[in-house]
Amino acid sequence: MKREKLNEMKMKFRALSSNEGFARIVTTAFIMPYSPTVEELADIKTAVSEAVTNAIVHGYRSNGDKYVSLTAVMYSDGSLTVSISDKGCGIPDIHKAMEPLFTTDAENERTGMGFSIMETFTDKLRVVSRVGEGTRVTMTKRLSVFSK
Amino acid sequence: MPTDFKIQDGALIVAPSGEIDHHETKRLREEIDREIERCVPVRVVFDFSRTSFMDSSGLGLILGRYRRATEKGIEVEIANPGEKITRILKMAGVDKLISIKGVVK
Repeated sequence: MKREKLNEMKMKFRALSSNEGFARIVTTAFIMPYSPTVEELADIKTAVSEAVTNAIVHGYRSNGDKYVSLTAVMYSDGSLTVSISDKGCGIPDIHKAMEPLFTTDAENERTGMGFSIMETFTDKLRVVSRVGEGTRVTMTKRLSVFSK
Repeated sequence: MPTDFKIQDGALIVAPSGEIDHHETKRLREEIDREIERCVPVRVVFDFSRTSFMDSSGLGLILGRYRRATEKGIEVEIANPGEKITRILKMAGVDKLISIKGVVK
């Protein structure tokens, strides 16, 4: 069966911490028509929150003049893809950044759990980053209601 | 979102409502630290019964308060985290450091 895009959404918002909640709400609204379970919804919200926070805090060092992009695609096979990208500083060593508890910002009480949470709460996580150019995080989650 | 502070048997009960993310933790951290300084409790209890969402910023908030409180000989406890918050607490191993009361399942 060929997989088709059922819906797609793209947006850009300023790298302001108040937009972390905004990104969660918009993503939630986008997937609601596809009847996610309460748990799936919570997983997606948490994963999006982690990725957006990373873009703001690490990618842009909280420079609110910059923009974070979010793209969400719902496919006919029940999988949802959410992509969050910034044109910020980039990650020099992705493997190190993805290690649980690794953080470059312990003094601001960042735990280094962001990528671990994204990995645990979604089915697939892909991170592409270039120093000085930015980072793109793409997460895929399959919604159970489609698997019937 | 407002946070309720209450003193009960020498313990400071901190009950944040709504969502705890990076945006909210800045304010929460200052408020909680100020209350701990002010009332010098024997124990700090995070009551999550009115918290609808928490990400890793919340973990940082809890662990940061735990570190500071322990230095002062103050105990820390977590109450009523609900299913979603329990999951994230356990994933990060917070349950091995801090006792959790009223866990759903």
